[in-house]
Order: sequence, then structure tokens, then C-alpha cells
Amino acid sequence: MRVSNWAQAAIPRRDPQPATALALTQVDGPAVILHETPHPTPQTTPPDASSWQGMLRAWLTQQWLPMLLGAASIGAVLLTWDLATRYKLDLYIRFANIPTPAAVFEKLLEVNQSPQFMTNIGISVRRILLGFFVATGLGVSLGLLIGRYRGFRMLSLPALEVFRPIPAIAWVPMSIMLWPDNEVSIVFITFIGAFFPILLNTIHGVEAIDPVLLRAARCLGCPERHMLWQIMLPAALPHIFTGLAVGMGVAWVSLIAAEMISGQFGIGYFTWEAYSLISYAEIALGMITIGVLGLLCSGAIRLAARMVMPWQAGSSKGGA
Amino acid sequence: MSHGTEQASLGHIEARDVGIRFQTRTSSMEAVQSVSLHVDPGEFVSLIGPSGCGKSTLLNAVAGFIEPSAGFLTVDGKSVHGPGPDRGVVFQQYSLFPWMTVRKNVEFGLKMHGMARTERECQARTLLGLAGLLSFENHYPDQLSGGMKQRVGIVRALATSPQVLLMDEPFGALDAQTRVVMQEILTNMWQRLRISVLFITHDIDEAIFLSDRIYVMTARPGRIKAELRVNLPRPRTPAMMASPEFIALVQTVRALIREESLASMKGELKEGGLAGLSTEVGPQGAAHVM
Repeated sequence: MRVSNWAQAAIPRRDPQPATALALTQVDGPAVILHETPHPTPQTTPPDASSWQGMLRAWLTQQWLPMLLGAASIGAVLLTWDLATRYKLDLYIRFANIPTPAAVFEKLLEVNQSPQFMTNIGISVRRILLGFFVATGLGVSLGLLIGRYRGFRMLSLPALEVFRPIPAIAWVPMSIMLWPDNEVSIVFITFIGAFFPILLNTIHGVEAIDPVLLRAARCLGCPERHMLWQIMLPAALPHIFTGLAVGMGVAWVSLIAAEMISGQFGIGYFTWEAYSLISYAEIALGMITIGVLGLLCSGAIRLAARMVMPWQAGSSKGGA
Repeated sequence: MSHGTEQASLGHIEARDVGIRFQTRTSSMEAVQSVSLHVDPGEFVSLIGPSGCGKSTLLNAVAGFIEPSAGFLTVDGKSVHGPGPDRGVVFQQYSLFPWMTVRKNVEFGLKMHGMARTERECQARTLLGLAGLLSFENHYPDQLSGGMKQRVGIVRALATSPQVLLMDEPFGALDAQTRVVMQEILTNMWQRLRISVLFITHDIDEAIFLSDRIYVMTARPGRIKAELRVNLPRPRTPAMMASPEFIALVQTVRALIREESLASMKGELKEGGLAGLSTEVGPQGAAHVM
């Protein structure tokens, strides 16, 4: 059998002896091995980070650029703030009454001399956690049931859809009338804020499950009562965590608004009270505290997501 | 392991005049029409046909995901209603649970059958070892290649010791090279376990290389067009694919399927669109068509 023309053309040009290309046409058989590399023996790469110093060094060399840029970004904000307030800039937006970073820092030290400030933070965090956890439990459970059972969906979703467009803040007056004490009504408003994003993302997560996974579970003998927790819940987790992150954000918005309107205690109340008392540094301090708390909460959710869903990590976890 | 000789007598699939009809709001579509076929205990049977011929639908009916609208479907004499532990299923899209490690995936069926933790861990390890996957037991499916995923899929389906294994184009998503290796692995595993297999494919070489018998299906609505016995000796090796017997079988099956592909495309192509295509059917005497 002769090698056809296209096979000749496929022979690499860098072949040192063009004559062999012609010679190949004489060879019997449909193909000829021109060159074969022997099977490589697997090489084990030496573990780079054997000691904690090595690990630290590796982490630093990997992380120094993001850290540097992050510091530069925050530094730029502080610098702009400092310059604008120090020179009392007045370019349509007015910095005349805005406290300087130094004044806010002094205020931070001052308020920490009494436990009142930390109490305010603690109360806000407790409200967030209570509202958020109830919203998570209820939102995820209802979401799984609504996503799984058509009957349940048709029964419950219309009622929920009526409440969904009502912002949590609009619930403030009703909530005060509804609940026996002020504390519960604020937790309720926080709950309302977090509940709908969690519910809707859970429903979406259940709907997005590949039906072949459910089939596989069924023919492996998974009964219906295990389906919800063993298959649907873990399969919907990525969407659920999206809902938790969004829900946490809305929960903070709702909490601060509720505290400003009806609260006693809490960081939102602290900020609003500072405005009433014309204590400018405390306003800025309250805002920054809210920002930091929000950041910590969303960081905690990201951390939880990584711990609960190790399979989502792109890196190879769990080795041979 | 409980795969023993006592299972050789089990795993008999019987379909008699099975029809499957899909009801849509405006019309009903007949996917499978009066199909009769059987898989004997320990036999490897392939179902091959043009795309859309209803071969996957038929397998889904045997698996118990859909009910036939006509005829009888039994596995070991019992009428099929819903999925059951006697039938393991391997899907084309792997269908591994992404949140479970390889070993937990394999253990899942055992867990559902109430096996104790240590016992099922041990059994899962044994099976993973047979498939050469033991060193990946703690990996997540997304960390594996397609071929490895499907090996896990097969091991998971076998873990509960089913009497029959239903495979729906299991290697369809793999590249050609991986496919060939997977076919060898499957034929080796099957030879050891002696389990009945109903294998869906549209790859002619694959069907012949693996099977004892092949059913060729017609274009929609799917009917059985031909039944062929593959008399190639076992164990089979990739070298056999070059043998004259193998090539003759390929040509026979290809001719049978080509007829059906052309038939199914006739509706899609304009009048005269098939004019230039050869409708000549190759020699059928070379292989034994039953």
C-alpha cells in the first residue's frame, strides 16, 4: 500500500533528510512512525513549602502585589479625605463640616472608653444574626420545597409574590404594631430583608439542577424523602450561597434603616443619634463601623461557602 | 464482592411489542413502535441506530424512568415500574454528584441500601481499585478527566451489584482515543463480572467490539430493523478491529444504518436532495444477520 499524497505533505519540513520522505512512499502499511518519544517516567516535584517559613515566603511572594495595591487603594481614599477636610474644600460638595480622619480616629478612642459603643455593635450584630439565620432556615427550606413540588409552588408562591415587592423598610410601622416588643420588630425587618433573596435563589438553584443527577440518585435507590436533603440541597448550594450573600447585604440595609427609624441601641441608632446631636465625627465613625461590619459578614459568608463546598475550589484539594 | 456465579442466571431483560408514545399538548409522537428484544443473563447486547431513533428512550423505559404505552417490559420476569436496584444505569453525561468525592459517589448506592459506613468504604475501595481509581478516591469529579469520570460512573452503577447494567452512550462525550481504552476496560470488567449489559451507541465499531449481539433500529418511530450475532472470539483486543470478520460486520451494520439515516433525512432534505447520494446497500452475505 502506498502512502497517499496528503500524507507526504504532512511530513514536517524540518525533517533533516528530505529524501526519506520519498523513501516512505515505498514502505508497506497504511502508516509509518517517523519518530516516537519513549514514554516519560513521571517526575515527582519536590515539595516546595516544607516548613512554615517556606509557606509564609511562598504566600508573601504570591500575595505581595494584591496586598500592595489594596493598601494603595485604601491609602488613596484616606489621603483624599484628609486633604479635602483639612483644606475644607468647597466644590459644590462641601467638606466644611466633615470631620478629618484624625478626628474620627480620636473619636474611636474616645467612644471605646465606655462600653456603650461596643454594646451598640453587639446589639446590631445580634439582630443581624437572628434575622439572617431565621431567613436562611426558612428561605432555604421553602425554596427547596417550592423548587421540588409543583403543588406546593402553586400554593405558596402567589402569596409570597405579593409580599416580595414590599421593601423591608416599608414594614417598619407595621412591624412595630405587629410584634410585642421593639427588639423583635427590628429582627423581623432584618429577616424580611434577607428572606426573599435567599428564597428566590434557592428556588432558582433547585430549578437549575441537572435532571440526570436526580435520575442517577433514583436508580441508585435514593428514596424521595432523602432526595431533598441528600441531592437537591447540595446540588443547589452554589445558588443558595449567592442568595445568602445578597441576603446579607439587604439585611444590613434593612437593619440600619430600622434602627434609624425606631431603634434604641444599635449602630444605625448610634449614627442617627450622632446626627441629632450634631456630632460629626460620630456620624463618620458610625458609617465606617457599618462598612466594616458588612465587610466582615460577607467575608464570613465567603469563608463558609468555601468550607461547605470544598468541591467548588478550583485548586486540587484532597490528594492522592 | 458479591458478583458471583449465582448472578449468572439473573439479569434477563425481555421487551415484547413495546411502544412508547410522547404526549405533547397538541399532538402525540411515537418514539418507539412494537419493539421486541431480549438480553440473556450475562450477555452484552448493543442497540444501535440513527440519531433520534428512540434507542435512548427504550433504555429509559428499561431503567424505569418512563412507562411504555404499549407492550410488556420485564427484568427477570418482573414487570418494570420505576427505577430499581436490580438495574444499574450509566449516563452519557457522567452524572456524578459534584459535591461528593469519588469514593462517596461510589458509596452512595450502598448507603441508600443501608450498608454500614466501614463496610461500604471497604467495598467502594475494592471496586475503585479494580478500575484503577483508588489513588483518586478523595478527588472531586471536577478534578478528573472525562474518561476517569465515566469509570467512576460505571463503578458507581456496579457498586450495588445490579443484575443488569444499562449504558446510554456512556463514551459518547469522550475523545476517540479515550473511547477505545474505555471500551477495553469495559469489556475486561464485563468479562470478570458476567453481568447483563444493554448498551446504547451510535458508534458501529464500538457496538461490534463490545457486543455478543447487536440490534439495529430503524429511524423514528424506532423499530428493530435487524439483529446480528457477533461471533468474534473473546477476550477481544483492539487488534481484532483490523480482522476481515470485523470489517465485514462493520460494513453490514453501516449499510443497515445508512438506509435508515437516509430514510430519516428524506423529510428534512428537499425533493432531489438525496439524488447524488448512493443508496446502494453493501454486501450483507459477509455477516450473519439473524
